[in-house]
Amino acid sequence: MATTAAVQQTKWWTGGKSPFNLEYGKLMMWYFLMSDAFTFGAFLISYGTIRFSQNFWPDPNVVFNAFPGAGHANLPLAFVSVMTFILIISSVTMVLAVHAGHNNDKQGVIKWLFWTIVGGAAFLGCQAWEWHHLITGKHAILVNGQLDIVGQTTRINPWGDLASQADIATAIQNTPRETLVRLAEMGGHGHEGAAHTNFAALSNADLIKAIDVEGLHIRENGPVAFGGYFYGITGFHGFHVFSGVIINIIMLIMTQKDVFARRGHYLMIEKTGLYWHFVDLVWVFVFLCFYLI
Amino acid sequence: MQHPAFEEVTIHHHTDDATFKKKVKNTTILLSILTVVELAIGLLIYNMHKGEAPNELLVLMFKGMVCILTLAKAYYIVSVFMHLGDEIRNMIMTIVVPLLLFIWFIAAFIWDGNSYKNLRNKYDAHYKESTMPTKH
Repeated sequence: MATTAAVQQTKWWTGGKSPFNLEYGKLMMWYFLMSDAFTFGAFLISYGTIRFSQNFWPDPNVVFNAFPGAGHANLPLAFVSVMTFILIISSVTMVLAVHAGHNNDKQGVIKWLFWTIVGGAAFLGCQAWEWHHLITGKHAILVNGQLDIVGQTTRINPWGDLASQADIATAIQNTPRETLVRLAEMGGHGHEGAAHTNFAALSNADLIKAIDVEGLHIRENGPVAFGGYFYGITGFHGFHVFSGVIINIIMLIMTQKDVFARRGHYLMIEKTGLYWHFVDLVWVFVFLCFYLI
Repeated sequence: MQHPAFEEVTIHHHTDDATFKKKVKNTTILLSILTVVELAIGLLIYNMHKGEAPNELLVLMFKGMVCILTLAKAYYIVSVFMHLGDEIRNMIMTIVVPLLLFIWFIAAFIWDGNSYKNLRNKYDAHYKESTMPTKH
C-alpha cells in the first residue's frame, strides 16, 4: 500500500494513533486551560452577580483615570489601553516564537521569546504601578457621618455616589482635627498654593473655611466588594502573567542550551505559547468586565 | 531523525512563511482595530454618563456591543494565535462543548444577583432609600 493512501484514509479511532493528531502534552495543556477558563469565569461571574445585586456601582472611568507621570489629569481608559496593547503585542511575538520553533530556527525562538518576556514584564510593571496608585490614593469621602481620606483597598471603596453639600456641611463639623488639616492641605484642584500655608496653626473654624469642598469632589463610600473583586481577579491574572514570564524564561534558557535542538522539535514552545495566549485571552475579559462596562 | 513525540502527530500543518506572516499581521491589525473600537465606545459611555440624563437603554446597547467585540477578539486569539482552528474537529468540540456551560452560568448568576436586588428594594425601604444613587 502506498503511504500516501494511508495518510489520506487514517481512521483516527481504530487505535494505534493519536485520535486528535496532537501530542499528549499539548492536548492536556488545552484541557488545563479549559479548566482555568472555568476558574476565571467563576470569579468574573461572581463579580457580575454582586454587581447586579447593588443599586450603585462605581463608574470605571472615574476609578481608572490616572496615567504615570500625568499627575491629577483625568485620562479615563488611557493607561489600561497601554496595558492591553502590551499584552496583544507580546502575544504576537509568542506566535512568532512558536513559528520559529516549527522551522527549527533556534535564533528565531530566542529572539521572539525574549521580546515576549519583555512584554510580560512590562505588563506586570504597569499592573504594579496601577495597584500602588489605587492603594495609596488619597480620596476625600463621607463615611459614618464624618469626612475621611482613604485609598482603594479591600476594606473600603472611595467611589460611591457624590455626597450632597448639606451632608458634607454636617459631617465636616464632626471630623477630627487631624483629618481637617489633611483635607485643607489636599486643597483640591486649582489650589496650588495650599501646601505653603501652615494649616496646623489654624483654629477648627478657620480650617473648615480653608477646605475646598467643591474641589475635593467628596463622595460617599462605595460598595466594599469592589476592592476584593478588583484586586482578587486582576491579582489572579497577574499571577498567571508572572508564572507565564517565569515559564518563558525557563524555555529561553532551555533553547539556549540546545535542549530542544537535541530533541529534534520545539513542541514545548507550542505548549508555553498556548499558556501565554490564554493569559492574553483572560485579560480581554478582565479588561471588559472591570474597565469597559 | 524524528522524535517519538512527533509520531503522535501524523498530519503536519504546512504553512509557508509568507502565508503565515500575512495571517499573523492581519490578525494583529484586526485585534488592534477591535480594541480601539472598544476604547472609543468606552469613552462614548463615559461622556454619556457625564451628561445630564444618560439614556440608560443606549448605554446598555453600547455595553452589549463591547461584549460582542470582546467575544470576537477571543475568537481570533483562540482560533488563530492558539491554532485551535487548525485542529481536528472532534478535538475542537471537546474544548468548545464544555464551554457552552458558560451560557447557563452567566445567565443564571446575573439573574440571581438582579433578583436579589429587586427583592431587597421591594421589602427593605430603608436599604433602597440609602443606597439608590441620587440624580445629580
